[in-house]
Amino acid sequence: MKTLNSGSAGNGTVIRTENLRKYYILGAETVRAVRGVDMTVERGEFVAIMGPSGSGKSTFMNLIGCLDTPTAGNYWLNGREVSELSDNQLARVRNRDIGFVFQTFNLLPRATALHNVELPLIYAGMRAKERRRRAEEKLVRVGLGDRMMHKPPELSGGQRQRVAIARALVNDPALLLADEPTGNLDSRTTGEIVEILSALNGAGQTILLVTHEADIASAAFRQVHLQDGLVERDFMNEGTPA
Amino acid sequence: MFTFRETVNVALASIRANALRSGLTTLGIVIGTGAVITMVALGEGAQRAVEAQIERMGTNVLTVRPGQNWWRGVASGSVRLQESDAQALRNQMGGLYDIAPEIESRLQVSYLRWNSNNQIVGTWPSYFSIHERALTHGRLFSEGEAQGRQRVAVLGSDVPEVLGTPGALLVGRSIQIRGIRFEVVGVLAEKGSMGWSNPDEQIYIPLSTALYRVMGNRDRLRAIYVAAPSPEQLDPAWAEIDRIIRREHRIRPAEDADFQIQQASDFLETLGETAETFTMLLAGIAGVSLLVGGIGIMNIMLVSVTERTREIGVRKALGATRKAILLQFLVEALVLCVLGGILGVAAGLGSAELVTKLYGRDTAVAPEAVAVAMGFSAVIGLFFGIWPARRASVLDPIDALRYE
Repeated sequence: MKTLNSGSAGNGTVIRTENLRKYYILGAETVRAVRGVDMTVERGEFVAIMGPSGSGKSTFMNLIGCLDTPTAGNYWLNGREVSELSDNQLARVRNRDIGFVFQTFNLLPRATALHNVELPLIYAGMRAKERRRRAEEKLVRVGLGDRMMHKPPELSGGQRQRVAIARALVNDPALLLADEPTGNLDSRTTGEIVEILSALNGAGQTILLVTHEADIASAAFRQVHLQDGLVERDFMNEGTPA
Repeated sequence: MFTFRETVNVALASIRANALRSGLTTLGIVIGTGAVITMVALGEGAQRAVEAQIERMGTNVLTVRPGQNWWRGVASGSVRLQESDAQALRNQMGGLYDIAPEIESRLQVSYLRWNSNNQIVGTWPSYFSIHERALTHGRLFSEGEAQGRQRVAVLGSDVPEVLGTPGALLVGRSIQIRGIRFEVVGVLAEKGSMGWSNPDEQIYIPLSTALYRVMGNRDRLRAIYVAAPSPEQLDPAWAEIDRIIRREHRIRPAEDADFQIQQASDFLETLGETAETFTMLLAGIAGVSLLVGGIGIMNIMLVSVTERTREIGVRKALGATRKAILLQFLVEALVLCVLGGILGVAAGLGSAELVTKLYGRDTAVAPEAVAVAMGFSAVIGLFFGIWPARRASVLDPIDALRYE
């Protein structure tokens, strides 16, 4: 098991948000997707964000993943105020500190699984040899050692999502974000993906998971329920050793 | 940091991964570039062909033609150029210049059962040396035959075929021109068309014979040709001809002449201009092809924007900076443009060559056309390769990912 407090935040806090808000202008209407969320996630936690569709959970996840910029409020990642970062610094944060798993996989369809997993390392400026070694290692870890040269269309949904997980992990991020990772999968593969996530968390990986399925959320140790862009409930699952 | 070499690798990987799209983009550039080069090569070739034709007419030759006699804006009387004018030139311009008059009429020609309508040219034997006409069979008519109004004829190279008999067999035979019996003494070598008349279809007979036996004593020359031994002697010849014909026609030096003296280089200029217009027309057509090719490039680049915007979103989500994205697309567009440009130039050269081979048209590839065609394709390709990418690269990753 790896050391948990290796990051810059001495107190072990990975995520802290204060009054985080995101409003969209949709035509003449302003959609208040996230209306002031305060949340803290410690290193090593496995948190499930739940809520009905339209509750703002995906928007919140995109803000945490630095894929979207908040309208107002503050967000510290590993103790660093993210809203003050430049475009290039944000790219670096996405590259080094965050691994993102999407519901729709978002793999490059015409690149091999290996190249897809290598991408974050390419943008990190890693040398080809080392890059390849690490990408292969992660693919083996998600059970795709024999599918590295396949392109996404040649893989099943579950396999694609495992490629995406390998890609999210390849830079050893402080935070793994998964936005409905099983939303496009059948129940058997869903089980596989949840197992992989649980195993990763067991090895110390901090995970934030968005889902609307209660049994997936139950794999996490903590559940945060959002409703209308606000935190409705925030509780530990039963039997959690917290 | 993300190195340039990696950018090139990513770009090349992307080109390979999207082979069809890359191929179509390249094709647009190839067609645009190739079309311009071919068209301009055709135009240039035509221009050179015209110049070569003029060259064949002889650049050392002055042509005297009857003009109009203008009096207060009204053309008056019948202006003539007569045999006596040609004789005066021959008598007074000495042995330095070759002189040949030309009278011409379209007449019925027959041999055995073959009939034809040909241009009959009455002239002096010097005509053949002035116009650099060589023989393939027989001989030319002589000075003596010319003066003796003999019925002898020299045929242009295409005439024997019209008369259904090989040239070699026609020599010594009798043909009939306007029902008058002529002996064929020689057949000329091919000269090539001059554009408005074809010397190879003409039949040459002595001027005196033409005037007094065939054309009914109408002493109206079409032209008198004066050949100078060198181009430097054209100007003195010009002055001399002007002086002599004016005296023959009794025109004072201050008055307008009733004849014109033309030089081959005058035609050269006029025809050169015509050919230039032709070149410009072709260049215009080529420009349209280039534009269409350019629009093709724009289209394919813009159509792929949806997929590419998502790709940019993915890359940004994984940590690509704006600069890295732009550089990747720049290299991609650059590679396609350079590749397309090179292939386009090759296609242009190839098809110009093909046109020459298949249709016997002269072509000449203009370096300017190559430069313009390549430059234009490159600019269009680069702009439309990068512009959508730039637009996508400034989006938040999530907006790029959601782009539909």
